[in-house]
Amino acid sequence: MAQASLAASRQNSWWHRNQQQLTPWLFLAPGILFFLFYVIFPIFQSFNLSLFEWDGLGEAEYVGLYNYEELYWDEAFYTSLKNNVIWLVLYLAAIPAGLFIALFLNQTVTGIRLYKSLFFFPFVISQVVVGLVFTWFYDPTFGLLNVMLGAVGLPPMNVLGDENWVTVGIIVAGLWPQTAYCMILYLTGLNAVDPEQIEAGRLDGAKGWRMLWYIIVPQLRPATFIAFVVTIIGALRSFDLISVMTNGGPFGSSRVLSFYMFEVALSEYGFRMGYGAAIAVVLFMIMLAFIAYFLWTMYKEERAR
Amino acid sequence: MFPTPIERTSRTWQISYQTLLPLALILWLLPLIAVAIFSVKPDIDFANANYWGWPTSFEGFTNYALVFTGSDMPQYLMNSFRITIPTVIGAVALSCMTGFALGVYKFKANIWIFFMFVAGNFVPFQILMVPVRDLTLQMGLYNTITGLVLFHIAFQTGFCTLFMRNFIRALPFELIEAARVEGVAEWRIFWYVVLPLMKPAIAALSVLIFTFIWNDYFWAVVLTQGVESQPVTAGITSFNAQYRAAYHLMSAGSIVAALPPVAMFFLMQRHFIAGLTLGAVK
Repeated sequence: MAQASLAASRQNSWWHRNQQQLTPWLFLAPGILFFLFYVIFPIFQSFNLSLFEWDGLGEAEYVGLYNYEELYWDEAFYTSLKNNVIWLVLYLAAIPAGLFIALFLNQTVTGIRLYKSLFFFPFVISQVVVGLVFTWFYDPTFGLLNVMLGAVGLPPMNVLGDENWVTVGIIVAGLWPQTAYCMILYLTGLNAVDPEQIEAGRLDGAKGWRMLWYIIVPQLRPATFIAFVVTIIGALRSFDLISVMTNGGPFGSSRVLSFYMFEVALSEYGFRMGYGAAIAVVLFMIMLAFIAYFLWTMYKEERAR
Repeated sequence: MFPTPIERTSRTWQISYQTLLPLALILWLLPLIAVAIFSVKPDIDFANANYWGWPTSFEGFTNYALVFTGSDMPQYLMNSFRITIPTVIGAVALSCMTGFALGVYKFKANIWIFFMFVAGNFVPFQILMVPVRDLTLQMGLYNTITGLVLFHIAFQTGFCTLFMRNFIRALPFELIEAARVEGVAEWRIFWYVVLPLMKPAIAALSVLIFTFIWNDYFWAVVLTQGVESQPVTAGITSFNAQYRAAYHLMSAGSIVAALPPVAMFFLMQRHFIAGLTLGAVK
């Protein structure tokens, strides 16, 4: 009995002495294990898998860099890559557009809160529904777009059926919720802008664009950074809209890497897991450049604290 | 305040602003308004190509009732709730712990573990797709709600940890030190000191994750198939196949599918926005 309690107290004191070192690890353990299991390890598995030819069921066959060599000659891969670049560039329009709407709504008239919420609305809706809504908006037989084009005397167009317009059409659909997101970031940012600096600027005669560019925008940097991060990630993740609106068509002209990868690995076109993994690796490397930049920025801020 | 407050501007601009505001809103929400109008139109309007005219009769009740009685929609909605709610609970619980560990304690690996979570959260889904699907298959969880929930919890933990850790960093550290001086055990500090202060963060994350998971489409397609486990985002596609060209029903179905996160947003707006800005812009 005495021995047991002695052992317990020794254990206790050992625990006491090391409590501060051990506690964080105990708190981290479940989260880290889960995350390693489902996120970190699969990344490496995908890298490995890209060196194999595998249909998802039978034996995987080691083929070295063959999948990458095939990618090099694959027309569809270049179409997807090109579309990814278009997405990245055009999607960034959400940032100035969001800022513009935020400036428009940054007033204190009655009901403005409701207006802000309703402007934000598109972001809350699932992309699948956004995709459907815009598919109908573009519909050549009854879509509102052609009604509107007709009203100003322009000929009708079939946006989603036209190889030259389809990607832009989908991006516009994506910009709708993304602009709403950037708008809300800027609205919150504008709240934090220092009123004294604005007054000082006014005294110095700064107005309109000059005021915006030299006094407001610099103070909105944290909001701009987040808007940039979420927009880049959003652009590279685009999948739902393409899947719902065109399924990659017409003739694969609206594919992006994320969609093409899915098509190769998990659709009726066949189950080429290794080839899909190779595409995913390319997409990952593109994303990694941005992730590294984001982390570097965050790291500098951490150090500065 | 920028731009100049409307009260301080000319009368003309005040009036034009007040008229521009509703016009801009209608223009902005035009695609949605169109769908809402579609969803209360009768079948016959579409047959007669009366797409944009006034509905010849109000069929809102019939259309929405049909969505609930004539299709698998109720089952899909149910599945969505059964996927979303456990994910929210799981991810928030895990990240309260990881956020606490990374926000309060100083140790060498701290920043690297934090960056692992942040980086993992930004990764493209496709790099995880094949291994995660294979993993889920091997565990016998393919096409089950559990399989989808487990993955969602793990992945969302990345974003949630980022959020929670930053939130805890901003709390007054003296509280924790005072408790330590009193000799309070570390886990008690978590439970009795930190956790009560995290309520706003928990609320913000919960609404945000609810929306993210409810709106997920990719993983639903990769890890599930069929009525018994697919959420409503994936279900709406089969719903639309069932009612091809029945635009009034497809519209009603889409609105029903979109509604829960919308309701969540309007009920918990303040928390939602706090969550979106990652607490970084205050």
